[in-house]
Amino acid sequence: MSSLTMGNRFGRNTTVQSENNRPNSLTSGHRACQGCGEALAARCSLDAAYIETKGNIAVVNATGCLEVFSCAYPENSWNIPWVHSLFGNAAAVASGVAAAFKSQKKDIRVIAQGGDGGTTDIGMACLSGMFERNDDVLYICYDNEAYMNTGVQRSSATLTFARTATTLPNGQYMGNDIRTGKNVPEIAMAHGIPYVASASIGDIHDLEKKVKKAIHIKGAKYIQIHSPCPLGWGYPTENTIQLAKLAIKCGLYPLFEAENGVVVNSTAIDNIISVESYLKGQKRFAHLFGKNAQVNSWKVIQELANNHIRKYKLGEVVYE
Amino acid sequence: MLQQLEGSQALAKAIALCRPQVVCAYPITPQTHIVEGIGELVRNGTLKNCEFLNVESEMAAISVAIGSEAAGVRSYTATSSQGLLYMMEAVYNASGLELPIVMTLGNRTIGSPINIWNDHSDAMSVRDAGWLMLFAENNQEAVDLHIQAFKIAESIKCPVMVCVDGFVLTHAYEQVNIPEQNEVDEFLPKYNPHISMDKKHSYAIGAMVSPNDFMEVRYLAHKRQLDALDVISNVREEFLSKFNRNSGGLIRGYNIDGADTVIVAMGSVLGTIKDAVDNLNASGNEKFGVLSIISYRPFPQNEIKKALNQAKRVIVVEKAFALGKGGILSQEIELVLKGLNIDVISIIAGIGGRIITKQMLMECFENPKDKFQFLGLNRATIEKEYQSPCISKVGKE
Ligand SMILES: Cc1ncc(C[n+]2csc(CCOP(=O)(O)OP(=O)(O)O)c2C)c(N)n1
Ligand SMILES: [Mg+2]
Repeated sequence: MSSLTMGNRFGRNTTVQSENNRPNSLTSGHRACQGCGEALAARCSLDAAYIETKGNIAVVNATGCLEVFSCAYPENSWNIPWVHSLFGNAAAVASGVAAAFKSQKKDIRVIAQGGDGGTTDIGMACLSGMFERNDDVLYICYDNEAYMNTGVQRSSATLTFARTATTLPNGQYMGNDIRTGKNVPEIAMAHGIPYVASASIGDIHDLEKKVKKAIHIKGAKYIQIHSPCPLGWGYPTENTIQLAKLAIKCGLYPLFEAENGVVVNSTAIDNIISVESYLKGQKRFAHLFGKNAQVNSWKVIQELANNHIRKYKLGEVVYE
Repeated sequence: MLQQLEGSQALAKAIALCRPQVVCAYPITPQTHIVEGIGELVRNGTLKNCEFLNVESEMAAISVAIGSEAAGVRSYTATSSQGLLYMMEAVYNASGLELPIVMTLGNRTIGSPINIWNDHSDAMSVRDAGWLMLFAENNQEAVDLHIQAFKIAESIKCPVMVCVDGFVLTHAYEQVNIPEQNEVDEFLPKYNPHISMDKKHSYAIGAMVSPNDFMEVRYLAHKRQLDALDVISNVREEFLSKFNRNSGGLIRGYNIDGADTVIVAMGSVLGTIKDAVDNLNASGNEKFGVLSIISYRPFPQNEIKKALNQAKRVIVVEKAFALGKGGILSQEIELVLKGLNIDVISIIAGIGGRIITKQMLMECFENPKDKFQFLGLNRATIEKEYQSPCISKVGKE
């Protein structure tokens, strides 16, 4: 057999996480919950950016779980230059860091990061301003689909019918029935910025590839990373990666890249699954399947997935 | 060099002489001409190595400055009134993070009702936010205070707000002496930041601090403000010997020795007050003096006490007040003079840009009828409003 058969090719396609020079930008000892998707997403992203730039990165963090669990005085888990200012201004602070580097002619790449609340809600104005000026910043949103740090309240990234502390299902009320959420990658694309991508900790190779590509691009970049949250979603901590994978496979979290406002590629799904198998593993959707559930209400969510499958050309719609 | 300039243009030139490397601009009257002026100086190459950012809100303006200072670069922005309130959360954040940003506050009142004219309501709304706050009496001092502000801010790692009365100063054409670049360079050397964000000096700043340590952090911030009293005085001395101009410092007395009544105020109204006092001193028996407060934060209690303790009466002319309480500056002066048996009278003046004339002030200084009063309050308007069905008058005034 040739040495290029499948079994012998593993070594060529490793992630930064599996290398022994892994930089641990976010190192151990922090206070994230067991199974935290956001901690994993942050470490994967920043390690990839770190390797790619030989450590020449500077990070601005919005308020949220990530900031709270990583840097509570006198402990600090960041092995990189890191600044936290406020909840809604991370994009603008990052614009300032980038402007400072530009004026000093330093080639240090700037990353801003925050949760979905800090990005798609309160940080939207600063984010849009940063995009519009095409400031040289990579903004990463760790999307766990709610305000987790304050106890799981709904954000504009919360999935339809999800139970949160501010959308508790009650009788006829199915939980978060306020339309379909804000599609921030598309809003980013509408600014015509050079690079936009969605990613997921369910596909770390893809995630790293996107971060490594984005970090070199001059101008504004946006990556939104699906980051399941065991506490907020209600699932056993060991299922984080599994759920992220299911969200990709059912089409609810389409993985794509866009350049200058146009989608240039998306990750086709091998065997599309029904959203039911994704939703059923999470307590936040239990009311859709319990004995008081309205018949087939979860099919509304299937329709969202089907729309993604068609729009981003992920494959053929199987579950109508 | 002496030049005939609009206040804002003079400030733009002065700030450019300080060589900021990041300047963020967002329009709000009456501050706008300053950042417009700086933008022009960047584009025409006068101010080099400076990134000029047109941002989308005041929240972004101050946040950009927070980012650029965190990365170790001299940074400047300006605002007024509603803009200051819009950035409020980050105003506290900037001082908490110990970032020596310099910001001009083109003083303007706060709505509603919306009003673009001058008073000090905006400044008073951030008096406890941890910024040093310096008030300029005229455009020459406004120019000089900005040059001093960068030096003060950077030496104690604390942001400085230079308060410049909207329109009265920002839009007034006066002769101003703009220093030469080499003089300013000698006075204000290249910024040597205490933090930066490259991997050699990597820091994590902005940690969460628990009840175990938070009070100590705040204590140290307070202590730093008190230390600034010396720094501000020293920088004034240094400025005086370099530029031969007596600008800045903590307070400034005018005819204080032997004065029966001392008028206390901040900002541009001091010019009118000094005129009024000159007239009164030329004609009457009572002797009047004036005390300018330049450094409002830190509040120079000891210096103020020393300046006022011989007076029989102190009249505070203040351009802002606390609704439901009364004067703000006068309360602080009263506390300083506690136990000294000196009458403190509060005159609320110039609210929302209401005119303050020498005549009005002279009448009031000679015969201040009440301990607390509004200068030039139009009773007829108020009585008319009380007739309206929308407003109810409960109790007596
Ligand atoms: C101006 C302001 N409003 C509200 C808060 C309270 N707050 C802190 S973190 C947070 C939730 C963060 O949610 P998200 O951005 O989604 O991040 P996550 O914690 O889910 O990672 C909220 C509401 C705040 N710190 N500042
Ligand atoms: Mg969240």
